[in-house]
Amino acid sequence: MRKNLNVIAAYSIMMVLILMVGIFQSWNIALSIFNLCLISAVMTMGANIQWGYAGLINFGIMGYTALGGLAAVLISVDPVQEAWRAGGFDILMSLWLIVVMVLVIRFILKRFEKSKIRTYSIAAIIISGILLIRFSAEPGIEAIEAVDPAKTGFLGGFGLPIIFSWIVGAFFAGGLAFIVGKVALGLRADYLAIATLLISEIVIAIIKHEDWLTRGVKNVIGLKRPAPYEVDLQTTDWFIKLVEKFNAGKLSVIENLADRQAALNQLVIEGSSVFVKLCYSGLFLVVVIILLILTQKALYSPWGRMMRAIRDNEEAANAMGKNVVKQHLLIFILGSAIVGIAGAMLVTQDGLFTPGSYRPMRYTFLIWVMVIVGGSGNNFGAILGGFVVWFLWIEAAPISLFLINFFTSGIPETNALKAHLIESVPYFRFLLMGLGLLFIMRYRPKGILPEKIEIK
Amino acid sequence: MDFVNAIILLLNYIFIPALTYGSQLALGAIFVTLIYGILRFANFATGDMMSFGTMMTILFTWYFQSLGVSLGVLPTALLAIPFGIIFMILYMLLIDKFVFKYYRNQKSPPVQFAMVSIGVMFVTQAVVRIIIGPGDRRFFDGEKFIIKAREFKEMTGLNEGLALKSTQVITIFVTIVLVSLLFWFLNRTKTGKSMKAYSDNEDLALLSGIDPKKIVLVTWVIAGILATIGGALYGLDKSFKPFTYFNNMLPIFAAAIVGGIGNPFGAFLGGYVIAFSEILLTYAYKKFFMYILPESMEPNSLVQLLSTDYKFAVSFSILVIVLIYRPSGIFKGKVL
Repeated sequence: MRKNLNVIAAYSIMMVLILMVGIFQSWNIALSIFNLCLISAVMTMGANIQWGYAGLINFGIMGYTALGGLAAVLISVDPVQEAWRAGGFDILMSLWLIVVMVLVIRFILKRFEKSKIRTYSIAAIIISGILLIRFSAEPGIEAIEAVDPAKTGFLGGFGLPIIFSWIVGAFFAGGLAFIVGKVALGLRADYLAIATLLISEIVIAIIKHEDWLTRGVKNVIGLKRPAPYEVDLQTTDWFIKLVEKFNAGKLSVIENLADRQAALNQLVIEGSSVFVKLCYSGLFLVVVIILLILTQKALYSPWGRMMRAIRDNEEAANAMGKNVVKQHLLIFILGSAIVGIAGAMLVTQDGLFTPGSYRPMRYTFLIWVMVIVGGSGNNFGAILGGFVVWFLWIEAAPISLFLINFFTSGIPETNALKAHLIESVPYFRFLLMGLGLLFIMRYRPKGILPEKIEIK
Repeated sequence: MDFVNAIILLLNYIFIPALTYGSQLALGAIFVTLIYGILRFANFATGDMMSFGTMMTILFTWYFQSLGVSLGVLPTALLAIPFGIIFMILYMLLIDKFVFKYYRNQKSPPVQFAMVSIGVMFVTQAVVRIIIGPGDRRFFDGEKFIIKAREFKEMTGLNEGLALKSTQVITIFVTIVLVSLLFWFLNRTKTGKSMKAYSDNEDLALLSGIDPKKIVLVTWVIAGILATIGGALYGLDKSFKPFTYFNNMLPIFAAAIVGGIGNPFGAFLGGYVIAFSEILLTYAYKKFFMYILPESMEPNSLVQLLSTDYKFAVSFSILVIVLIYRPSGIFKGKVL
């Protein structure tokens, strides 16, 4: 108990802060912050597995998040029959071509010795394959995108419950991580950072512009929900009774029956959106707790010790007979898969998929700030980092607005400098994040909750 | 005649834009490579530092415009660039003093430097957005075209026009002058040679009496000049928007690594490699083939290898390929 005192204290402070938002601003805001904190926590756990356990730097988090989101779309949207009829055959043909191409390349790699001719012939196969696929898929793609472009214009998905996408998202992200890891993991740390960053940009470019698959920048809206809809709740009897019970004291003060009914309606509308958010919080909390248990178990298992050994001294671990390359690839895939889950959760919560909103600032660098600030190598630290940083990211604007008003209270409203500062309040969050990161790295380089290794 | 038309078409839509864009990338890439070679870290704040320098240039441009000072046909920004450079260098030295110096003395690993530079990136982004806002700014004034497409057509009687924007000429001219000065400095002067020595082998350089503080100072000064001019030229040619500058960091990194990181000449060429491959692969060649092929063989489609949406993806793919097959870059990196 005593040993974990700082962990408990840090989490209690965080909870109190969120509760304060609930009391002073509104429960809706508090819960949406809390939900995104949970999603961020999943992301940081993924990044923490890679960086904290194994020392692998992955600046491609944005790409894996987006793939998780894509999984949510492909799983939950109903298939667009017309589009399948129009161009499904061409798309399937192209998929076949890709499979054939990969098999041929594998065959050549296995069968022939490394030589210049082999390299050139593989390059020739890839280039001619891409051209062939372009020509064979083009009519299909155009036909699909022409099917009712304002509403669909894409193939749709499988029409399954969206919860499944959390697992499928993990597989998508893990698959991409397998390819990236095979290609790039041999690179030096800072090259690996740049390579993963750029690969994630390529992934986003593909998701943004392959409209037949993702609708691209036209976005996919109105995804299915695992939680009830607000409108349905507002007309359900048990829910109205529940709200009435909760607010019995407040309602009994109102004498007039019509007024009381109006007040109740207002409360039901507010309550319904809080209730929906609570449903999401419950689902996310389950995921976070499961992942936390698994990652903690892994950290203290023989496998976790081996990973730390590889991180701290690669050559020594190699000399002890550990397959460093294989373990690096494994942990790269595992971490990315967790990020993929978070991506699917994010789209599930929003109910929409907007490829244009995936930006490296928000989905890669901010997650890294969370990991570093929270404490890399320590799962509780990483989760706390997700909470603290997301909370500050959202609350930075109100806080800085308050500070500006406080320090310039003597200056009249019409002052140009004051007006300019108030106008640029949204950008103080970048300043806060940057300064926070710099201070933590300088004075507490292991994060708020540093890694501590105890052998049980 | 059709043949000449085809050539003019390529000049107008591929060669000149790629040369301009390549020059802008090249300046940024040399900036990245210098920091990497001498201070030994990948600077993720590159794009935002460039946007800071450009912002200072814009502020001075506005100031001069309000005073009524102008350069006639040339953009006023050219007059403002030196002032922008001074502020950029001051900002960089300030950051170096309060942030990077500590880690240099600690001899931190490059990854930690990279993380710190992300902190600097956040702060710089905030500073730029708070001062000038996130919006799109155009600060070009003066004569826009040297040759207009219509005038060119009338002059030569060709079907295809060749438009030459003054910003394009300024960009290419300034880049040539700046880069030749830089290479002269690095290869001929004592300071430049000691920078090379420091980059090659730090301990040996220190033993032979090279002052590391001076090297770091000179590096930041050169970096400030390159960042401001590169950023301002890009802003003049296109427009200034902080987010675009952040995004430009990616092709700039690509250029620096493709050219062999730590090698300024490689970075210079790398900029053009990236720019030309981006534009060559995403240009629709339909019109070009219409000129050079007989009528019966004219293509129906756009004859475009990749859609323009994949412009960035092209340069990143090149980078990934280079990283895998030749991690030291095309021109052998790590010699300054």
